[in-house]
Amino acid sequence: MVVFLAKRAGAGIVLVFVVTFLAFLLTYGADIPVARNILGPSAAESDVALLEARLGLDQPVLVQYWSWLTSAFGGDLGRSYFTSEPVSAAMASRLPVTMSVVVVGCALMLVISCVLGVWSAVRGGWLDTVLQWVTTLTYVLPTIVLGIVMVFVFAIWLRVLPAIGYTSLTESPGLWLASVILPALVLAIHGVAGLAAQVRGSLVDELGKEYVRTLRSRGLSEPSIVLKHALRNAASPALTVFSIQFITLFGSSLFIEKIFALPGYGTYTYNSVVQGDLPAMMGVTLFSVLLVVVINLLVDIANGWVNPKARVA
Amino acid sequence: MSGDQLQSQIGPVRRRRGSFRRLLRKPVGVGALVVLLALVALGLLEPVLAARSPVASDLAYTNTPVGTSGWLLGGDQFGRDIWSRILGSINVSLISALIGAGVGMIVGTVCGLIAGYVGRRTDAITSWVFNLLIAFPALVLVIVLYPVVGGTYQGMMAIFGIFLSTGIFRLVRNMVIIVRNELYVDAARVSGLSDLRIVGRHVLFAVRGPIIIASAFLASSAIGVQAGLAFLGLGSTQVPSFGAMINDAFLNLYRDPLQLVWPAGFLAVLAGALVLLGNAYRDVLAAPQTVARRQPAKAVRSTPNTAPVVGDHDALLSVRDLRVAYPMVDGSRREVVRGVSFDIRPGEILGLVGESGSGKSQTAFSVLGLLPRDAEVSAAALLLQGRSLTGLDRNGMRAVRRDLVSYIPQEPMANLDPAFTVGSQLVEGLRGRFSKQDAVTAVKRILARVGIPEPDRTFDSYPYQISGGMAQRVLIAGAVLATPKLLIADEPTTALDVTVQAEILDLLRDLQTEYGMGVLLVTHNFGVVADLCDRVAVMRDGELVEQGDVAQIFRDAEHPYTRELVGSILDEDTVRDDVPAQVEEHR
Repeated sequence: MVVFLAKRAGAGIVLVFVVTFLAFLLTYGADIPVARNILGPSAAESDVALLEARLGLDQPVLVQYWSWLTSAFGGDLGRSYFTSEPVSAAMASRLPVTMSVVVVGCALMLVISCVLGVWSAVRGGWLDTVLQWVTTLTYVLPTIVLGIVMVFVFAIWLRVLPAIGYTSLTESPGLWLASVILPALVLAIHGVAGLAAQVRGSLVDELGKEYVRTLRSRGLSEPSIVLKHALRNAASPALTVFSIQFITLFGSSLFIEKIFALPGYGTYTYNSVVQGDLPAMMGVTLFSVLLVVVINLLVDIANGWVNPKARVA
Repeated sequence: MSGDQLQSQIGPVRRRRGSFRRLLRKPVGVGALVVLLALVALGLLEPVLAARSPVASDLAYTNTPVGTSGWLLGGDQFGRDIWSRILGSINVSLISALIGAGVGMIVGTVCGLIAGYVGRRTDAITSWVFNLLIAFPALVLVIVLYPVVGGTYQGMMAIFGIFLSTGIFRLVRNMVIIVRNELYVDAARVSGLSDLRIVGRHVLFAVRGPIIIASAFLASSAIGVQAGLAFLGLGSTQVPSFGAMINDAFLNLYRDPLQLVWPAGFLAVLAGALVLLGNAYRDVLAAPQTVARRQPAKAVRSTPNTAPVVGDHDALLSVRDLRVAYPMVDGSRREVVRGVSFDIRPGEILGLVGESGSGKSQTAFSVLGLLPRDAEVSAAALLLQGRSLTGLDRNGMRAVRRDLVSYIPQEPMANLDPAFTVGSQLVEGLRGRFSKQDAVTAVKRILARVGIPEPDRTFDSYPYQISGGMAQRVLIAGAVLATPKLLIADEPTTALDVTVQAEILDLLRDLQTEYGMGVLLVTHNFGVVADLCDRVAVMRDGELVEQGDVAQIFRDAEHPYTRELVGSILDEDTVRDDVPAQVEEHR
């Protein structure tokens, strides 16, 4: 298990290098007139050249990547071209917002998917059909449409939850939950369709296996057979889908934050790409790839827990 | 061999013929298709239908209400015609779908063909790259590369398309490998056609169904993402888009909420129609769904009978007129056990013999109450220790299985839960009757009793860590653990090595004497019967053709079928070479 995790972590580190390198190559190599954008159209050509030299933009891309990489190791991601705010500080201040929404969204997605998946696998029949229709319908609604419908229903029409804004967890846990629950629910609902179907499918497969019949022959209770034995065996494929859904969910959170006016990575990413703020763009890229690596490792660990064979792989 | 002959050998291809016509018979499929075609028509007719340019603003008509002359859906807060913007957005969405799904399909198909065909290192590297693509948050990279593609939605969709290609890649690659292996078998490589052409042609032919389905989903996500990006504000204001319209209307929500309904509604209908169309087409291509056995069947019903048949109350198990039937796909019923009656006295071993599909396993599982949910089971009498099992509810049957009847399966490895240690699975069967500590001790003692050399180590082993013979001993331990009165063994030695078979039979005989259990031994093997059983019952086509003492049956069987079976004992290999009897055998 340790060897396996070390291998996966190694592959993750390679992923970090590959992705940041490609992103750096594409963005810094794209000839975005950064210095011109900062100084404005009326600035003198000599001033633009001077600023380019000061930002190191006149150097070859590989040299620039090397200096970015070495300082990134020390936690220094550079400063924003436009606000001079250190990128790492800006990322850190926005981290709790995005992660609140994404983590709560994922937890909701997991719980709803398991409940629906288990329910429809065990009951079958009309309930199965109804649930499949419901999940398909929530899936076909694009995230932004779903988000707006939720704002409309809960915040404007029913007035039970705040429409927009963010309260930090330390300030008030209640208000924090109120501020993230709607966006988290929107993200969760979109992911539920795929995950619930996976849980249902693998659970149906497991329940048809012989060991389940043998467990029944020993007089075990149905809840124990379904929830303890079959569900655990069904978890492996579902976990893979979960890790993919998590990443999709993180991407969608960028849209959702705008609907709910949450000061997370969505607006930060948007501002940085519209301005061509290269250090900020690299910061976002680095963070997302690190997030992917961490999530995949966590899923591997969880997989080792549910599946003893994976521990020796 | 010509290409056409080859094509006819790739099975799934033929069945797909006419799938489009079958799609047209599904209401959801037709509905989605009609909606989609209507939207495409609206987009194509934009030059005729649009009253003005989708980006032209006329401040005199700011927030003009719906139905104003020449302003079908009114105007937005910048005085732009909403109807014209909807038509423009449909076109932008459709182009996004074409680019996104198109790039995804082409990249996925080409790389899949190459990876699967060249194999080895190329395959390993390509697969690794595509696994990276799956793992990466596509949206973030599409957004980060926004300035690189010059801020055009077409460029962003092309990048997004690469991320969409992963599913297609896997599909095509796996299919290439399958087809390639088939071609080796067919020795088709000898033919004049070049390999790549054969593989390419056959693979593309075989995967076209799944690819059509996948591209519907890809198109839908491309449309959703394009709208999302435009909603964020990434994209030119000169390009109409549902996302941009939703953003404008969202800012204008308190003034005129209706403006939000048009773009959101059209976007949802367009993306939804694609997904539903894909779903409907998938249903058309999918094989008829098999009903999974998810729950033990309902209890055995009593046969409605005017003159009640009485079972033998002194027998351990008494079965009268047992019938098992399954509903078939065409609505008919198929009876697989037809009026079986037999008794097992306390401490007696009854061999239930017959070929695969004769209904012997079905009979055994009826007694356990473990037939699939759709099985219809009835009996005039089903008595265990004189107590009727007919009409018992699920919990009642569960108690019977826990305390009185136990089961030894055929395939040892498939019958242990791979996720739990051997010991913990067995301990669970004793829960409620023993303390945890006592249960552990009892299980370890039984494991030693069934001949496991290191019970402590086996107790803590996972099923994949022990051999098949060991696993069968574990299952026997699990069966006798609760000191049952009746043991039902379904071909308990069939899946084992010949040397192990004899040991297991000895063990069964010893345990039977020690515990004084009655045994229902299901087997196809008269050798096992001669070795172990007191009496034998012979089944054929769901009916009991003969039963009696083993010695008598061997001496002079009445039924010709029994004589045939007894005769075959001499030349039969003890290892079975037919498909083991499964519950599905009757479908």
